[in-house]
Amino acid sequence: MSVLVTDTGFAPLPPAPQTGVADLAHTDDPAALNLAGLTLIRVHVPAFSDGRGFTIGRRLRMLGYTGTLHAVGPMIADQYPMARRVGFDAVEIPDEIAARQPQSQWLTRASWQAHDYQARLKA
Amino acid sequence: MYSYSDFDEAFVRARVAQFTDQIERRLDGSLTEDEFRPLRLMNGLYLQLHAYMLRVAIPYGTVSPRQMRQLAMIADTWDKGYGHFTTRQNIQFNWPKLPDVPAVLTALADVEMHAIQTSGNCVRNVTADHFAGAAADEIEDPRPYAELLRQWSTDHPEFQFLPRKFKIAITGAPKDRAVTKAHDIGLRMVRNAAGETGFEVIVGGGLGRTPMIGMVVRAFLPVEDLLPYVEAVLSVYNVLGRRDNKYKARIKITLHETGQTEITRQIEARFAELKPLFGGQDQRLLADIRAAFAPPVFRTAPTDAFDAFYRADPVFRSWADTNLSPHRNDQYAIVTVSIKAHGQTPGDATSDQMRVLADLAETYGHSDLRISHEQNVILPHVHKSDLPTVHAALVKAGLGTANVGLISDIIACPGMDYCALATARSIPVAQEIALRFNELQLEHDVGPLKIKISGCINACGHHHVGHIGILGLDRAGVENYQITLGGDGSEDAVIGEKTGPGFAYDQVVPAVERIVLAYLGLRQSAEETFLQAYARVGIGPFKAALYEADARDAA
Repeated sequence: MSVLVTDTGFAPLPPAPQTGVADLAHTDDPAALNLAGLTLIRVHVPAFSDGRGFTIGRRLRMLGYTGTLHAVGPMIADQYPMARRVGFDAVEIPDEIAARQPQSQWLTRASWQAHDYQARLKA
Repeated sequence: MYSYSDFDEAFVRARVAQFTDQIERRLDGSLTEDEFRPLRLMNGLYLQLHAYMLRVAIPYGTVSPRQMRQLAMIADTWDKGYGHFTTRQNIQFNWPKLPDVPAVLTALADVEMHAIQTSGNCVRNVTADHFAGAAADEIEDPRPYAELLRQWSTDHPEFQFLPRKFKIAITGAPKDRAVTKAHDIGLRMVRNAAGETGFEVIVGGGLGRTPMIGMVVRAFLPVEDLLPYVEAVLSVYNVLGRRDNKYKARIKITLHETGQTEITRQIEARFAELKPLFGGQDQRLLADIRAAFAPPVFRTAPTDAFDAFYRADPVFRSWADTNLSPHRNDQYAIVTVSIKAHGQTPGDATSDQMRVLADLAETYGHSDLRISHEQNVILPHVHKSDLPTVHAALVKAGLGTANVGLISDIIACPGMDYCALATARSIPVAQEIALRFNELQLEHDVGPLKIKISGCINACGHHHVGHIGILGLDRAGVENYQITLGGDGSEDAVIGEKTGPGFAYDQVVPAVERIVLAYLGLRQSAEETFLQAYARVGIGPFKAALYEADARDAA
């Protein structure tokens, strides 16, 4: 199944809310989504090497979305700071990656606010 | 020049630690080879034909004597005593061992250098006019903007996994020495009617298998809008760029498939969203960076020694004629040190030569050194009275070749001698052309002529914009070299035209010789350059020179 990764490490995936959830594919245009009433948006990433999800996450935040934002797919621990910096709250990864890259490897990258050129330039 | 802030310093150290950890995680199986590859590439580590290659960034081509000495130390300690200056203002070490790479990166960090984003599908090392801050024709030094772009692009969270690599070049002068029209984004400083400075933004240039000259998407961008605008271009590209075919993934293809009007509309719309997110801190930082690039305090002294030497010494005069360029201070000159001694590998410098260059820069050059995309080293600020001494020291170090801009000042990619992608040799072709014309004693008579050689269709040797371009291909297991003529990488950028059937390895040098002799025969005067003559007469006479003799011989 999947594992939810946040700044505090791994957790089982909580049951999705009944309403207010939207799923976006990596090819979807976030501007076409009606954000009203949404509390969870899950952006699906087909492969770690496909970086479109980062722009989608960033744009959702630029469009004013303030609810929970997850990136879903086979991302690697090294991408965790990138996901957080563009506005994702958490990453849902498949069990295979969670087994190969255990929690400690993700926690190593949990200090995503450090060494961030963007935060420095955009103040 | 710019020196690292505490933030930069902490960043590069943290990055070395991260990459060291990534190497360990590759070895223990946490990262698959596919997962590790982009991580190693974005840290400059490339897998070549025989070994790993580490590509170190020389941001906007600027390097200090202390940094140059450290590069020499790295070459001696972890490589074979030399480094290779590339066409994108990097230096490559061809023989590092994987376990040594963290130590090399630490040694680089010790002198405020890194190998970050010199490879991979991310924003690459930002290149600039190698005469920046010294050229007589410059509007403004472009390097503060290049440094701002370096910081902005470094580890940008949105753009580490782009469809393909992304190259930015910037120039502050009307004469384009940075090949801006052959970059994913080219930035040319211009003035508007009110006299304010801004950038003409060119998008979608590139060489490779589909060579294209970039298109202007914004005729005048106020300088303070640089980051949000560049970010808008990248954001649009990250969404639209093709990921189904790596040969169609560069922004030049996106632009042609989407159309200039539509892509410009999308960029402007994204720019309008992004601009308010920049709260002015980038401009405050830019002001600090600008201060760091303040020009040196130029010396005022007589230049009679230069004039006397120039009259008296023909060897010095020949070097001065080809290797010096006008400085904005007329007591000074810009010295281009040729890393193209006849018969040597273009762009290769030994550690001893690097130390000589560092010493000369420190003693005579206001401690400033540049690497040009033409694979030479520049001393941008030398007082004319010091030129005879500098020249003598260069000659002693094997660096005194008087051939800048001439036929033996060749750009060549590493080719099949090093590169896993290459389909033919480049370096030996360059060496043999240089030796042949040296033997004929013709190159000064021929005058300005840029030969550029690529060992495969990816065009790292920029053959498309060579006045004479040479592309080495593999035809059924045999090297075959295609020739193009009339290419130009300047502000009047144009892609060269193919002459016709290619030439076998041992026929390339004679073919180049026939082209050059044809030019000498048809030029109207010694002042008419090869490129001017080509523009006047077209490809016909050169084709005749290349192929008709063969046809006669065969008949």
